[in-house]
Amino acid sequence: MRKLAVAVVVLTGGLLLYAATDFAAWGDPESPASDSDVSKHFIAETGVDTEVPNMVTAVLADYRGFDTMFETVVIFIAGIAILAILKLTGKDATKTPGKRKDEVDDAPDLIVTHTVRLLVPIIQLFAFYVLAHGHVSPGGGFQGGVIMGASFILVALAWDLPRAMDRLSVDRAILLAGVGILIYAGIGLLAMFLGGEFLDYAELSTIFPVSREMARYHAMLGVEIGVAFTVTTVMFAIYASLSSKGRLEGGL
Amino acid sequence: MFGEDGGLLRELLVERFNYCIYVVLLLIGLYAMIAKNNLIKKLIGMSIFQTAIILFYVSLGVKEGASIPIYKPEHDPHGHHAEDHADHKPKDANASSSASADAHDDHHEVQALTDEQTRQYANPLPHVLMLTAIVVGVATLGVALAVVQRIYRAYGTIEEDEVMKAIMEESQGIPSTKGSPKSKKGASKKRKAKKA
Repeated sequence: MRKLAVAVVVLTGGLLLYAATDFAAWGDPESPASDSDVSKHFIAETGVDTEVPNMVTAVLADYRGFDTMFETVVIFIAGIAILAILKLTGKDATKTPGKRKDEVDDAPDLIVTHTVRLLVPIIQLFAFYVLAHGHVSPGGGFQGGVIMGASFILVALAWDLPRAMDRLSVDRAILLAGVGILIYAGIGLLAMFLGGEFLDYAELSTIFPVSREMARYHAMLGVEIGVAFTVTTVMFAIYASLSSKGRLEGGL
Repeated sequence: MFGEDGGLLRELLVERFNYCIYVVLLLIGLYAMIAKNNLIKKLIGMSIFQTAIILFYVSLGVKEGASIPIYKPEHDPHGHHAEDHADHKPKDANASSSASADAHDDHHEVQALTDEQTRQYANPLPHVLMLTAIVVGVATLGVALAVVQRIYRAYGTIEEDEVMKAIMEESQGIPSTKGSPKSKKGASKKRKAKKA
């Protein structure tokens, strides 16, 4: 088996390296990735079509909005799937012994909890900054959501899972993940009902007192908030399910 | 090829070193996925494989002499919208009725970037694709870990061969008393449930 694996790996590696010689050299401005019409269009026209200076956010939430919406749905489904696979219900949940052998039942460490107490608000504030400032600097819903989710995971690590679940229970987390997708799809549908196409944010300028470019700016912030909801809550739900082996209680 | 000695090696190791790194990482991941017996190690291999692809895309997006794909204030077509927004509001309203192609002909100040300026920014597309790929990768890795935990709960092991043996015994109807010493109550219970 091991020899077969080495053979497969060496063969694949040889083919990949052989193909690599046909790729563009490092940083070549003439490479297809940098010189294509799509790339040029995004760079030249993003600032005209929208008021968002960060092209990555504009491409993510506007030009490729449909793709991003279903990426969010994938994350949501992953959260549901993990709960469905792991969560103990009914008889299993009550039968399981309260403590595992490897479980630490020490009181939460004083230094750790006090540090976390100071850190969590800063982390969450930074998450909001990354989310809200994602249009003009690197950032956005995915990044902000992951940072926000990490703050809840940090609480669960420093104290225990119930303490974190007092703040965000897993049931509520999945509910909020769905709300995030509804926010995203709702903005898309709103644009559709206003006469545009699905996710054509510019149409929102008919009901909000802003220009078409600015409407796309604000709608992008809206969908990023939806993404952040889903990512935050699913990250925490994944951690809670995996760390407690589906019992959703106890320490790590 | 480039008028230097050792053409192919130079081409590969000097100008395309980024591809070598991604190939090596990808192969480590591939080997772990095929050869390792432990399911968690297989998943680690999958993660390394994924990282290789992410590095590949990001390194494709590198452009010499280019900045990150965020407009510098002097290039942003709407860069000065803060002060002249109020003046042009009526114009915007007019523009909204016409096609977006002529929309920016109406505004004199909103112009697409010239080719010279376009050259100063990297392509945003690889960054966008990898941004979502990373988060979706975390989510799928979470599902995979959940499945492994479930396998452990059912069979008391995460070694692939032991799990396969247990499944084979199960399908041949051999009583599960011979199960590995590690297997716990949950394992036999599950087997009974499956038979019933």
